[in-house]
Amino acid sequence: MSEKEGNDVIVTEKSEDMGENLTNEDAPASLETIPSETPARNGVQVASKDKVKIDILLKATGNAPIMKQKKWAVSQDYCIGRISDFIRRYLKLDSNEKLFLYVNQTFAPAPDQIVKNLYDCYGADGKLILHYCKSQAWG
Amino acid sequence: MANDREVLREIWDGKIPVCFTLDSEEICELQGPDPFYLMVSRLSYFPLCTDKVRKHFIRHIQSDSKQEHEMWLEFNGIPLKWHYPIGVLLDIYSNDVELPWNIVVHFDRFPENILMHCQNKEVVEAYFLSCIKEADVLKHRGQIVSSMQKKDHNQLWSGLLNDKFDQFWSVNRKLMEASNIEEGFKYIPFRCYTSEDKYVQKLVKPINEEGQRKTLRHLLNEVFPDNENITVFTHGIILPLETPLQWMSEHLSYPDNFLHLILT
Repeated sequence: MSEKEGNDVIVTEKSEDMGENLTNEDAPASLETIPSETPARNGVQVASKDKVKIDILLKATGNAPIMKQKKWAVSQDYCIGRISDFIRRYLKLDSNEKLFLYVNQTFAPAPDQIVKNLYDCYGADGKLILHYCKSQAWG
Repeated sequence: MANDREVLREIWDGKIPVCFTLDSEEICELQGPDPFYLMVSRLSYFPLCTDKVRKHFIRHIQSDSKQEHEMWLEFNGIPLKWHYPIGVLLDIYSNDVELPWNIVVHFDRFPENILMHCQNKEVVEAYFLSCIKEADVLKHRGQIVSSMQKKDHNQLWSGLLNDKFDQFWSVNRKLMEASNIEEGFKYIPFRCYTSEDKYVQKLVKPINEEGQRKTLRHLLNEVFPDNENITVFTHGIILPLETPLQWMSEHLSYPDNFLHLILT
C-alpha cells in the first residue's frame, strides 16, 4: 500500500492516515489509487489487460456520510458488490446498516455487475459516477 | 412499438420442466423426500415460482430453526443466480442440461460469495424494476419509466408475478415504443453472456450513421470485433444474424426489458 501511496496524484484532499485505516481493516488491496494520467478508457493504450483501471467517483447522497477521498481507480472487472463492501468498511457502517448504490441517479446495478460494463454504458468524462446512500433514494 | 403480438405471446409462454431434488447430505431421514416436478416460465425468476418447492422439502432437513433457512438452488455443482431470469440460466447451461432440468435444492451452507440473498419477493421486485429503469435509460434516457406512476410499475411486476400477459404488456408497450419510429431506441439494452458468470454490456444503436437498420451481425462486430463465427441464442432459439436489432429489442427482450444473448 505504501508504494502506491507514493504514486498517488489524483487525490487532492486525502488525509494522512487513510491508507493505514484501510489496511488495518483487512482492506481493499486492489481498490488503490493510481496516477490520473494512466489511460483507463477501454484500455486501448494499456498493453496488459490486468492493469487497465477505471476511475470511479463515489458521491454521497441523502443521509450518507461523505467520503474524504471520492475518486478511486479500480480494475475493470471489479464488481459492484466489492465496491459496496469497500464503502461500508470505509464509512465503518454497522452490519445492519444498509447501503444502496446508484448509477445515473436512476437505477441500482446488481452486485455482480462489473465496473467496465457500467463505465462503457454510463461513464462520462473518463469516469463512472456512483451515488451511494443509506436508504433507497431512487428506488 | 412491438407489433408481432404472436411472437410476444410465444416468448411469454415458454416453459421449462424442472425436477427439484433435496441435497442428499441435508436429508434428516433414512428415506429422502420424493423429487418435486414443476413447469416454470422461462421469463420468471426462481424465487417467484418455488414456494411449493420450499414447502415440500423444508420438513425433511435437519434443523431446529427451519424458517430461518434461505433456500438456494444448484445445478451441476454451480449455485444458480436467482436474479437471472430462468430462461437465461437454462440457455447458459444448455450444453449440460437434459430435460427435465435436474436442480438440487439446498437450505444449508449458503454460498455467500456467489449468490445475493433473497429473503422475499420484494427483493426480486426491486431488482426487476431496477433493470427496467436501466433499460429505459438506454432506450429513452429514462424518460418513459420516470414519467410512469407507481401503479404502472406495480402492474409490470404483478403481470410477471402472476403470469398475466395482457396486464404486463398494457404497460410494457409504452416502454417498447421508440420516440422516433425511424431511429428506434437510443441504444439497445442487451447483455451478452460469454460464460456462466460473465456478461458484456455496451452502447449499441439500432441504426447506423446513414440511418439504416442494424442487425445482430452489426452488434456482434461492435462488441466482439475479433471473434467471427459466433452463434447467439436466447429463449432457446438460435438467432439469425440478419435479425434487425430494433425488432429484437421490441420482441425478444425479457420482461426486464433487456435482450439476454448467450454466445457460443
